[in-house]
Amino acid sequence: MKKLLMALTMAASFAVAGSAHSAEKLKVGFIYIGPPGDFGWTYQHDQGRKEMEKALGDKVETTFLESVPEGADAERSIERLARAGNTLIFTTSFGYMDATIKVAQKFPKVKFEHATGYKTADNVAVYNSRFYEGRYVQGVIAAKMSKAGVAGYIGSFPIPEVVQGINSFMLGAQSVNPNFKVKVIWANSWFDPGKEADAAKALVDQGVDIITQHTDSTAPMQVAAERKIKAFGQASDMIKFGPETQLTSIVDNWGPYYIERAKAVLDGTWKTHNVFHGMHENLVVMAPYTNMPDDVKKLAEETQAKITSGALKPFTGPIKKQDGSEWLKAGETADDKTILSMNFYVAGVDDKLPQ
Amino acid sequence: MRVELVKRPQHSALFSALSPFIALFLTLIAGAILFSILGKNPVSALYYYFVEPLTEVWSWHELLVKAAPLILIAVGLSVCFLSNNWNIGAEGQLIMGGIAGSILPVVFPDFQGWYVLPVMLLLGMAGGMAYATIPAFLKVRFNTNEILTSLMLVYVAQLFLDWIVRGPWRNPQGFNFPETVQFNDSAILPAIWADSGRAHWGFILAVVAALLVWFMLSRTLSGFEVKVLGRSARAGRFAGFSAGRLTFFAFLVSGALAGLAGIAEVSGAVGQLRTSISPGYGFTAIIVAFLGRLNPLGIVAAGLVLALSYLGGEAAQVSLGISEKSARIFQGIILFFVLASDTLIYYRIRFVTRHSDAAAKGA
Repeated sequence: MKKLLMALTMAASFAVAGSAHSAEKLKVGFIYIGPPGDFGWTYQHDQGRKEMEKALGDKVETTFLESVPEGADAERSIERLARAGNTLIFTTSFGYMDATIKVAQKFPKVKFEHATGYKTADNVAVYNSRFYEGRYVQGVIAAKMSKAGVAGYIGSFPIPEVVQGINSFMLGAQSVNPNFKVKVIWANSWFDPGKEADAAKALVDQGVDIITQHTDSTAPMQVAAERKIKAFGQASDMIKFGPETQLTSIVDNWGPYYIERAKAVLDGTWKTHNVFHGMHENLVVMAPYTNMPDDVKKLAEETQAKITSGALKPFTGPIKKQDGSEWLKAGETADDKTILSMNFYVAGVDDKLPQ
Repeated sequence: MRVELVKRPQHSALFSALSPFIALFLTLIAGAILFSILGKNPVSALYYYFVEPLTEVWSWHELLVKAAPLILIAVGLSVCFLSNNWNIGAEGQLIMGGIAGSILPVVFPDFQGWYVLPVMLLLGMAGGMAYATIPAFLKVRFNTNEILTSLMLVYVAQLFLDWIVRGPWRNPQGFNFPETVQFNDSAILPAIWADSGRAHWGFILAVVAALLVWFMLSRTLSGFEVKVLGRSARAGRFAGFSAGRLTFFAFLVSGALAGLAGIAEVSGAVGQLRTSISPGYGFTAIIVAFLGRLNPLGIVAAGLVLALSYLGGEAAQVSLGISEKSARIFQGIILFFVLASDTLIYYRIRFVTRHSDAAAKGA
């Protein structure tokens, strides 16, 4: 029986191998940190992948590996995609950085794109998003909408990307109400609906009446809906999960970038780079402003317009750090290097940064 | 009607030997049914799952990388399980081993030389061992349930790793991201055949550990003690064996091997400490231990099979778009069939109807 099975699988293998060779296509691979069904971070990357397939049609063929753990497994997963003939590979989580670099050294002809990291190579580009620009708009809205004057923030890991968001949210809120406070709970996970829901409940019990999250599931939105308070979505438009709850959401619009980079490989013009795109490049998109009065909506739209045009930079002084020391003098703006390595809170955040 | 398990007067030696294979075969059948329901061709799905990863040299390397920690841990667990000590916390012991073993390359990176690796491996074993003494001590001294304590200590270890990587051991040049410095070359466990892939010495250590533990279990008094006390604590006491001492022994052995697995993984496969260093090897190793029938040599084979299920899950994802969850499902199904086959070797099923019940009473 075992022999029979072996024979069958061998036969099948030849059948499969025979059909695999078709026209020359650009094969594009993606490594995801979560499942595409998280309706957050990975979902948006997957939407980007689908947009690329739609826009480039026959010219591309995509594959993805989901829920790839960061660490030793990532290296194998990336290598597998490279060996499967993918010549452009997007690794979509910070923790894949060193694995991406290692595999890239072995496959000099394959182009790699790593999201949110900082190490580049001749065949490794880095792309990052100024999510914090959206957080600033959310802070403005939160300060306008909150009666308690305190918002809850569910963080994933205290890495710069997340700390930027908390600080930017805080600064946006303070621009409306200087006494506004933010409470933070760390879920220590990117995707853990149970923990995220618990964090949301704990925050509501501590008296916050607005919740924002930097984790990838829709659980906090659903808790906020149950408790009849307001919330901001994360990474994707989560309005379906809180039709009367979501104020807006930062939508990560990866599609255009993915299309642009795949085209570059097709044209032979792909070059490594390290980009940090935001609202101006349409990478950070705000979901429709809902469940708020018209004046708040107007203020939010104005803020968004100013950030998009570059007239407003969220990290512009005077800003004090949490410990009261001066970070930025009046009129001074933070440079990208400082932003990308941010590991302190600004004044007003009601939490001690774990470090 | 109810179903009863009745102990067989004698169990078949033939089927005892065949049981893991029967379990694997049933798993394949169950998998094939599952894939057909998903609308995939079951034959090609099974091919991608269990054969394709073996068709290329690099993925043999990856197989050994995956199997090394599973075998190391499961070999240690076999000593625990045989002696009736339920250590469910190997994952935590692995993490503590990884941390303790990383002291040299992270805190004293200037220390370089041939002696670095042996010291790291020893520290890794010591770390896992020390962590395993906690549930052992609680069990012996306070009669605490070791399943709960060892399991709960896993979460403590995970959070400790998270803290140390985020705080004191964070790479100062790493933009505040939670990871330590990359280990220097003398702290990296070398590849076995560096030209063709990244399989490292962890696998060799695993095989050596399996041989040593096999020898201990089958040829020495300690091994006899493990088995006697495991089967009947009372009989063991009559023979003058101390159950408490054995509990410590079993936990120390399995803790040391889990710790060794941790530092071998960190030093051989990852190259630095990060907030998570294992995708649950400590738990998967429990399946490996039982699939290998708690025999260290069987465990080497079982470790390779489970490692294959990880790789196969990924291959099937690339080729057929099957969710990565299928790998987990396969692992669960294997464990189910292994335990079921073993149970049916020792017990037979009796269907008790009201009628036969009455008849039995009448008799």
